[in-house]
Amino acid sequence: MVKVFIYPSNSLILSDLVDRFGHEPLAVMHEIGKKIKTAGLDSPPINITPEDPKKGLKYAAVEVPSGVRGRMSLLGPLLEEAQAAIIVNGQDISFGCMGCARTNELITFLIKAKNIPTLDLDYPRTEETARDFVHQIHEFLAGLDNIKTGTSDQSSGDE
Amino acid sequence: MVQEDLVRIAHLSCGSEYSGIQKEIETAAEIVNARVFYPEISIEEVQQVQDDFGLHVASSDLGLIMARARVLVEGNTNADAVLITTCFRCAEGAVVRNELRRYIYENSDLPVISYSFTERTTSGTLLTRLEALTTTARRRSLLAREHQEGLTAGIDSGSTTTKSVVMKDDKVIGRGWVPTTNVIQSANEAYNKALETAGVNRDEIQALGVTGYGRFLIKEEFNADLVQEEITVNSKGAVYLADSQRGTATVIDIGGMDNKAISIQDGIPGMFTMGGICAGASGRFLEMTAKRLGVDITELGALAVKGMQQNVEMNSYCIVFGIQSLVNSLSKGSVPEDVAAASCHSVVEQVFEQQLQEVEVKEPLIMVGGSSLIEGVPKAMEDMLNIKVVVPPDSQYIGAVGSALLASGFINK
Repeated sequence: MVKVFIYPSNSLILSDLVDRFGHEPLAVMHEIGKKIKTAGLDSPPINITPEDPKKGLKYAAVEVPSGVRGRMSLLGPLLEEAQAAIIVNGQDISFGCMGCARTNELITFLIKAKNIPTLDLDYPRTEETARDFVHQIHEFLAGLDNIKTGTSDQSSGDE
Repeated sequence: MVQEDLVRIAHLSCGSEYSGIQKEIETAAEIVNARVFYPEISIEEVQQVQDDFGLHVASSDLGLIMARARVLVEGNTNADAVLITTCFRCAEGAVVRNELRRYIYENSDLPVISYSFTERTTSGTLLTRLEALTTTARRRSLLAREHQEGLTAGIDSGSTTTKSVVMKDDKVIGRGWVPTTNVIQSANEAYNKALETAGVNRDEIQALGVTGYGRFLIKEEFNADLVQEEITVNSKGAVYLADSQRGTATVIDIGGMDNKAISIQDGIPGMFTMGGICAGASGRFLEMTAKRLGVDITELGALAVKGMQQNVEMNSYCIVFGIQSLVNSLSKGSVPEDVAAASCHSVVEQVFEQQLQEVEVKEPLIMVGGSSLIEGVPKAMEDMLNIKVVVPPDSQYIGAVGSALLASGFINK
């Protein structure tokens, strides 16, 4: 099983596809869920506190807007864990949406910079391309079973 | 604070949740008995709005707030006021924030305020702004008052000075002005001076209004009838004293700790900004310049109008490094008149760059507060905007006058 970072990282469809094809989706919903369910000093817990954008300083400098750094405090650790990634470009907001273009740019750059197997796809707008979309994801995920996880020397698998 | 009607504030936001400050916004709203909510919209409205506006954005949350702004303007949601927030330093967010504020201001009666936040934004920072927003929403009839009636008084407990006036039948008949040290003691001194110069006793006053930083403390001490933040009070006082209560006006108040720029329509604030991040843009900078030049603050203005700001090189807006620039200029032979002019220009330039871009500047432009009496300041503003600046009589007492004026609405209560 490979840890697959998905982008948009709150896409239920992508998360479900990765799960169905036998891998672990790295999706932001799980991270938000942890913040809501984990008991802490704040009761009920607050999703994001002013401390989170400070954690995001690991990924973006202080002059980067706090909303970007707050998002990175959730997504950055997921990205560090990732062994593969699926990026869907030009998606409809109903498919999944991170809300902030600067975060999107940083995330897609960091995925590429990590040099892990990556599937780069355009969002399908017709039934035919949707079938091909799912097929490509299936092929990509099936191929991940053969890679040596954690120490992958495979160059970026952009398709 | 007296519990008043609940105000529903529609929040148009990109990034505040991820900045961890949503709780701060909600805490500030709770204090002024307001509830923050997100206007409901459909996904189709989000998809359509950018084409309709002709403004295409890369961040989908900005498309979301555009769709929310539209349902507010179309009256499809039950809101009393609007708060627009985006991340500080986000250029795309700033463009959308400014355009939506203008769009809502021009197409609805909803009072609107915007703010760019960081993760360090606290409920305390937001409180005065939300208080002004809710005051404008819930006290429209009080803010529409154009005449002072009876014998009333106002106290403005500012960060640097405390001012008080006594008014009778639309005239200021007593004035008191002292530096703020102990908040209650200074308020007592200023109030006593105003009563003394008016020749009346405290128990003759029919209603008292208080404003400024120390308003909550002195409200208890003096059992005031009206306690109200300085944005709505000062704008009311400004248009009253400048005789501009009908139509448009813009009020600028460069204070000791923060600056206010307010767009007014028929005496009621529509858009306003309150700056307070940098001391180099405050009246404090002018005080420090006067001290360095060895003149009283009251003499700085006369000095400044005789000088040429272009003759002094200012390398920084910072209060520390800015003063250093002035000191360097003096050591290179600059004359005090030029240095005084440069300091006034520096403060005004920052207000222009940081605040006047966020409100609609419509004439008359009224400058109020103690800094308006430093002649170099309104002159620098006139030079920069190329319009006539009005400094009304008693402009340094603006908060106290506004309080006394509005307090007269409480005489029969």
